[in-house]
Amino acid sequence: MPYTAPAEVPLTTTPLDALHRTLGGKMVTFAGYSMPVQFPLGVLREHLHTRKAAGLFDVSHMGQADLVGDNIAVALEELVPGELLALKPGRIRYTQLLNENGGIVDDLMVARPVNGASDRLHLVVNAARKDKDYALIKSILNGRMILERKDTHALLALQGPKAAGVLATFDSGCTEMPFMSFRPVMLAGADCVVSRCGYTGEDGFEISIPTASAAAFAQELIDHPDVEPIGLGARDSLRLESGLCLYGHDLDEDTSPIEADLTWSIGKRRRAEGGFPGDERILRELNEGPPRQRVGLKPLGRAPAREGTIIETPEGQAVGAVTSGGFGPSVGGPVAMGYVAKTYAASGTCLHLIVRGKAMEAEVVAMPFFPHRYFRGVQ
Amino acid sequence: MTNVRYTKDHEWISVDDDVATVGITDYAQSQLGDIVFVEVPEGGKSVSKGVEAAVVESVKAASEVYAPATGTVTEGNGALGDAPDTVNTDPAGEGWFFKMTLADAAEIDGLMDQAAYDTYLKELDA
Repeated sequence: MPYTAPAEVPLTTTPLDALHRTLGGKMVTFAGYSMPVQFPLGVLREHLHTRKAAGLFDVSHMGQADLVGDNIAVALEELVPGELLALKPGRIRYTQLLNENGGIVDDLMVARPVNGASDRLHLVVNAARKDKDYALIKSILNGRMILERKDTHALLALQGPKAAGVLATFDSGCTEMPFMSFRPVMLAGADCVVSRCGYTGEDGFEISIPTASAAAFAQELIDHPDVEPIGLGARDSLRLESGLCLYGHDLDEDTSPIEADLTWSIGKRRRAEGGFPGDERILRELNEGPPRQRVGLKPLGRAPAREGTIIETPEGQAVGAVTSGGFGPSVGGPVAMGYVAKTYAASGTCLHLIVRGKAMEAEVVAMPFFPHRYFRGVQ
Repeated sequence: MTNVRYTKDHEWISVDDDVATVGITDYAQSQLGDIVFVEVPEGGKSVSKGVEAAVVESVKAASEVYAPATGTVTEGNGALGDAPDTVNTDPAGEGWFFKMTLADAAEIDGLMDQAAYDTYLKELDA
């Protein structure tokens, strides 16, 4: 189960804790937070509801912070391979914090303020990594910036094809926002920031809201007939079907963005210039190909292949391991992703997954397993 | 006469003359949530009390089903392959996992009867 944390980590609750319990959430420990893994609807129906209508997720455990300092995008580019200088006001970019070997310390969202200010960037990082991330940023950019933790804000994700319709009843302007943009909005009388992004593969929004207003606004969203509360279980199956990486499972400090098949997130200028940690390795892997690569795996049978499952060639040679795997409710069968030696990374390659000692046939496939349905603007 | 007994791991075993049928309890299926995959043993397989005999998987995770007694499998419930959710909807009936003969019929006397299992569940929820 990926939902347990070491016992010595003190348990933290989110501003929605009481609401989760009222709604019948089954609480588990995740990254030191008490979080709902599912609600009475159950993981399968929560997943399908999000794909069909709209799901509300509490993602307040994630780290929200601002970096403040002169030419802060130039400074942060020393730590990430993403193109930040060309990031437009009000736009969000996905990138990775890297260690000196080009391994991924965390994956994160970076946004430039709507007013275009060059001295501020907004960050959203993973819950389990925030202390590590903040320490790394401070150690490298010491004296050049201030990191402001926004622990004053909860983060809600409203995801699914009906998310825009639901949110429009509170904020009519949200329907026009393109994918990976954000803007400040008054919601429930509070200063909020609405971003058109998420981690389900669906259209949707993340809403940064002051903690004091979060539970009441979440309740208002849930009161909408199209919205159900969704737990971490369905969040995991949704992101897996969408081919999206989960830090600590599909990404870690040994893995480069090229190995992780995140090359798309490295800007053209950055590929030419480097100037980020581990650039030598990353640019070499870009040119020569990485030694191993994250791939999608579609088991041909019905048995799910879970994290840690060994991947072999049909001849029985071990070539990798599954890093995320389970049942895809919208796919209607098992789906997995994992790392394999480069020779075996091409779509259509037949491999074996060793589940409970038995070899199960699987095929390397392009991801996502379920098509992304982001809102790219009016066609 | 049918004699139904329960394990602490939430398997049930129903003994009817020489044949015993094994499944998981309603409590077990509710804890697992939506079941998406079941692997049952084939006829002829020897199973040992307390040792993994079948697998049940929800969206979230895989769990083992242990044999409540030692014996030989006579039949696995092949219908669960295409309809694993039957375990959710009818765990004590159509959602059975396998049938087996018992090596020692007295072995199940050590398992909980309905009243003892009900008490056990109350203690778990307390």
